[in-house]
Amino acid sequence: METLRFRFDGRQALPAGEHHALVGVVASGNLEVLLERLPLDGAMEIHIVTAARGFGEIWQAVLGDFAARHPLRDLRISINDVGATPAVVSLRLSQALEALQESAP
Amino acid sequence: MKPPHAKATAAEPSAVNAVHDSSTRSFYEADARARIAGLLDRASFREFVGPCRRMASPHLTPLDQPGAFDDGVVVGEGLLRGRRVLIAAQQGAFLGGGVGEVHGAKLTGLLERAVTERPAAVLLLLDTGGVRLHEANAGLIAISEILRATLAARAAGVAVLALIGSGNGAFGGMGIVARCCSAVLMSEEGRLSLSGPEVIETVRGVEEFDARDRALVWRVTGGKHRFLLGEANLLVADRIDAFADAVLAALDGLHESGDSLVALEREQTRLSQRIADYGDCRDGLEIWRRQGIAEPERLPLLDTAEFLAAAATRGTPCN
Repeated sequence: METLRFRFDGRQALPAGEHHALVGVVASGNLEVLLERLPLDGAMEIHIVTAARGFGEIWQAVLGDFAARHPLRDLRISINDVGATPAVVSLRLSQALEALQESAP
Repeated sequence: MKPPHAKATAAEPSAVNAVHDSSTRSFYEADARARIAGLLDRASFREFVGPCRRMASPHLTPLDQPGAFDDGVVVGEGLLRGRRVLIAAQQGAFLGGGVGEVHGAKLTGLLERAVTERPAAVLLLLDTGGVRLHEANAGLIAISEILRATLAARAAGVAVLALIGSGNGAFGGMGIVARCCSAVLMSEEGRLSLSGPEVIETVRGVEEFDARDRALVWRVTGGKHRFLLGEANLLVADRIDAFADAVLAALDGLHESGDSLVALEREQTRLSQRIADYGDCRDGLEIWRRQGIAEPERLPLLDTAEFLAAAATRGTPCN
C-alpha cells in the first residue's frame, strides 16, 4: 500500500452544488473518489491511498491532466484505490465532479 | 452475477423516460447509494456518519489494504412515500459487503436509534457474505450486536425489514440477521442462506453442493425458493420501486406485538414440520414438486407475476 499527495494551484472557483460527493467503490480494479469543498488557499489537494505500489508517476500524469482540464480552487480529492487503470481513474474523477455539481435530487 | 435462468428484462413502454427515474431502475444493478436514492422520496435522505467523517476500518491498514470512507455501509434516515424510515444499505462490491467493526457499529447504532425515535420501519438493504474475515472477532461480535439490536427494535414495536435483491444476497451472520427481521422482502435475483455455496463445497465436497452450478445455487438459495419455503414474506420484481411497494405492503400487514413466546413456539413447530417434510430433498426442485406445484421445473423461467400465480397453486406441506 502506498500513500500519495498532490497539490495543484487552482484558477477556477467550484460551481455551486453539493458540499461533497462520493463515487466509485473500493474493489479490485476500481476506486472511490470523495470530493469536498474546503478552504485550501485556492488549491486542489489530492490524497491517495492505493493498494498498488510504485505508480506515482502515472498518478502524477493522470491527476495533472485532470487539474489542467479542471483547475479548481478549494477542492479536496480523497481516493482509495485498488489498482484502477488510468482510464478508470479519469472517468471516476469526471463522474465525481459531475456529482458534486448536481443540484440536490 | 445474474442467475443463468434470469430472463432479459423486456423493455417497458416507459423505459425511455425511466432512464432518468431512479426508482424504476434495477435494484440488483444499483449500488448502495443508488438503492437508497431510488427507494426514498427525493432529497429526503440524511446520512449519519457519512464519508467525510472517514470512519473507516482500523483493521485494514495493518493488512496493507485500503479501506472505504463509509466502511462499506450507508446509514441514515429519510422518507419512503412520506413515511419516516431509518435505512441502511451495504456496499456489496467492497469486501463482499462484509461486516467489520465500524460497519457493524453503524448498523447497530441505526437499530438502537430506532428504539428511541420509533420510525415507521428500519430498512436493511443487505448485500453481504456475512462477517468480514479480515476482522474476524470484531466482525463476529458486531453480528451479535446487530442481532440484539434488531430484536430490541422489534420488541420496541419498530418493524425491521430485510430487503434482499443484490448480488451477494445475505449470507453468514447477516443471513441470520435477515431471518430475525420482522419480514424479508426478496427479488428472485436475491439469495438468502447461512453458509455460502463455495463454503459448503469447500467443506463438504462437490457431491454435497456444486457451487459452480449457478442454476442449482439459485434453486436452493434464490428468492423464489425462499418465498416458496416461507422465509421471504414477499417476492418482488427486480425494480427499486417494486421494493418500495413491498415495504409499504409489508408494513401494512405487520403487527410488532403479541406474545413472542407463542410466536417462537409456532415457528419451532413449523420448522420441525419442514425438516420432516423436506429433510431428504437434495434440490429446491424436489421440494417444489412435493409442494404439489405443476411442472416445477418451469418455475425458474417464470417472471415474478407468473411465478406468484404458479406458487399460489401449491398445497400442503407448504411451508
